Amino acid sequence: MRRIDVLTFLREVLRPLGQIIIFVLISSATLSLVVLLLSLILRGTPVNAMTLEKYGTDLVSYTLVNLPQVLIDGVTIGFVYATIALGYTMVYGVLEFINFAHSEIFAIGAFIGVEILIVLDGAGILKSASLGMAYVWLVLAILAGMVVAGTAAVIMERLAYRPLRGAPRLVPLISAIGVSFFLQDAIRLIESLTTGQFHRIIPTFGNFDARFSLAQMNILGNSVDLSIQSKSVIVILAAILMVVGLNYLVNATKLGKAIRSVAQDRPTASLMGINVNLIISMTFLIGGALGGAAGVLYALKFTRIDPFVGFFPGLKAFTAAVLGGIGNITGALLGGIVLGMLETFAGSYLSVFTMGAAGAEYKDILAFAILIGVLIFRPSGLLGEQVGQKA
Amino acid sequence: MSKRLFMIVAVLVIVSLGMVSCQGAGGGGTIKIATQSPLSGGQSAIGVDIKNGAELALEQLKKPLEDMGFKVELAPYDDQANPDNGVANAKKIVADPAVLCVVGHYNSGVQIPSSEEYHAAQLANVSPANTNPRVTDRGYIEVSRIVGRDDVQGVVAAQFAQSKGMKSAYVIHDKTAYGQGIAEFFRKEAENLGMQVLGFEGTEEKANFDAILAPLLSANPDVIFFGGIYDQASVFFKQAREKGFMGMLLSDDGYDSPEAINIGGPALLQGGGLYYTTVAGPAKLYPGTAKFQADFKAKYNADPKPFAAQGYDAMAICLKAIENAAKAAGNKMPTREAVSKEVRNLKDFPGITGTINFNEKGDLVTAKYFVIQVTSADPAMWNDNKIDQTLEIAPPK
Repeated sequence: MRRIDVLTFLREVLRPLGQIIIFVLISSATLSLVVLLLSLILRGTPVNAMTLEKYGTDLVSYTLVNLPQVLIDGVTIGFVYATIALGYTMVYGVLEFINFAHSEIFAIGAFIGVEILIVLDGAGILKSASLGMAYVWLVLAILAGMVVAGTAAVIMERLAYRPLRGAPRLVPLISAIGVSFFLQDAIRLIESLTTGQFHRIIPTFGNFDARFSLAQMNILGNSVDLSIQSKSVIVILAAILMVVGLNYLVNATKLGKAIRSVAQDRPTASLMGINVNLIISMTFLIGGALGGAAGVLYALKFTRIDPFVGFFPGLKAFTAAVLGGIGNITGALLGGIVLGMLETFAGSYLSVFTMGAAGAEYKDILAFAILIGVLIFRPSGLLGEQVGQKA
Repeated sequence: MSKRLFMIVAVLVIVSLGMVSCQGAGGGGTIKIATQSPLSGGQSAIGVDIKNGAELALEQLKKPLEDMGFKVELAPYDDQANPDNGVANAKKIVADPAVLCVVGHYNSGVQIPSSEEYHAAQLANVSPANTNPRVTDRGYIEVSRIVGRDDVQGVVAAQFAQSKGMKSAYVIHDKTAYGQGIAEFFRKEAENLGMQVLGFEGTEEKANFDAILAPLLSANPDVIFFGGIYDQASVFFKQAREKGFMGMLLSDDGYDSPEAINIGGPALLQGGGLYYTTVAGPAKLYPGTAKFQADFKAKYNADPKPFAAQGYDAMAICLKAIENAAKAAGNKMPTREAVSKEVRNLKDFPGITGTINFNEKGDLVTAKYFVIQVTSADPAMWNDNKIDQTLEIAPPK
């Protein structure tokens, strides 16, 4: 009996890790090939001359030199999207409705984490903290964000969704949009009453802003310093931890089994003695906690938050969930990574390839155009129903 | 039930009639001066102090109007740095007949559509901070400003960059009338001066600048110019430094706020340093502001932020113009049209930021421009930043 448990544990931990590595490698390789091909095709055109004039290198080497940094940025934001997408996908898997207020749960997490850090900073604790303690405080802020965001999600479900459970599908959807607006303005109200301004800046502490060099490479005669910020590493590691943890929870624990059975067939599950309401609350708790953690990580990575901070990441994470196949945990992971990569690639290369005509500001148009293309050919998302494992 | 409803309606009608008659009776009546600036949101640090500066001026300078029998009130409005809110507020302001003058706006992109409402109602608008050329180029008699223009400020910034030996520049803006406007003037002058402009990008993104920074870092410009407001510019600068950009960071008067360095942190001061041009130096730069600074500190318990002194002067101009118009009307409530004309008729008006004379468009005859180097990462030291250049330039013809 013990041995089997260890085996399940290893399988449920190693499998998502393997999936993450495979997804990152495949999407990196595909997108890198696409931009390289484009740069080769455009080599004979005025685009090349312009790159030469502006950056002092030709198009192909420009593309190559930038590639490693673009990949790192893309993976980082991809993991942020993936962690938010997990919340959408969990709720969809169980209730088959899209919880649009999830982006505000994300914002609540971000605000709780940042406010705690601001208070600590105000008390002078962060400035004097050793490196180890800085990490402890950060973890504390993330945990607080998770607890509050998870609780908020449970309350939201109880008040705004449970009374509507038997109603036609559009009704809880509208309720979700209403909750989303309500929470945005609630954060705005609380922030302007207490702090007088509703954008908040995460304090600078620890070594999170430091960069460390991964490698000194030589690409076509250009020396490239490949470096990554420690906060990007934290974001990636935390996201991996969450994905693996969730995967284990859903696939290898009793609670996970209950969640899966409620997702498959709610009446039958309740006949089997599963407390459906409790399980649905648990789903919101887990999804909300993941969203809250993603919020604090987002604030750490990008410095600034406001009550509307959840809107775009939320929309993109929702897109990522759909792209990967909504209701599917692995799909959310894949969708997040692919969308993050697409967006960063588009932003970084668009302006060069179009000779400055379409700048980085058009990155979303390109990323979403590709998304529409994917969904035309695969309406159920990249992984869709082929992996029959619903959260 | 319907009887009770009728009673309520009847009472309401009587009460409102009473209020109307009250307004008609009393000696001179009530004069309101509205302010519009962002009182909440990311730019509220500056917007609140514009309002506070105006409020202080109202308290100190309303005496002559009160002696004529008027009650003078401040009507502060929050435009949230958002054109929609600005225009909605402007409609409310215009609909209130007691409002005779508007001190307002921090953002040109908000001032331009809002002032269309003031223009239609012939309501005077004195701008303490708007620098976009279109603010006055429309030739509205109602709109005057007491700061410089972006077609000069952008040029000053480019000339400054060149004087520091910068050979290449990368220009980013926030896609607002103000930010994009000044960025374009910067680009034009930089190109005229023979600097290489390696990129010109607009973005509404406030947090994740990875995608914009990738091509910027490969281009490796000597200077980044950001046309926009501090709450976005500082996050952008911070991420540029984090990704290893060590050149000069240059921005505009929208960058002028102690919040800027609070957001960006000490890293911004490294390498090529952090500079901004502005049309409104710290209050202490102006000889006439010693009393203002002391009074402001006593009332609001903080040093005045940039544009607070301009808020004070804009209010002072409003009050003086109303006073002159009221005198001309025989100590009666003046018309809005008369107040608008009186604003322009002021000659050598002694403001705390200098002697104010408007030209036929509503620009200052000569305006001051400053280039400031940020020298301390402590927001409390913002007013002590180093003044690199002070220029007095007339608006272009």
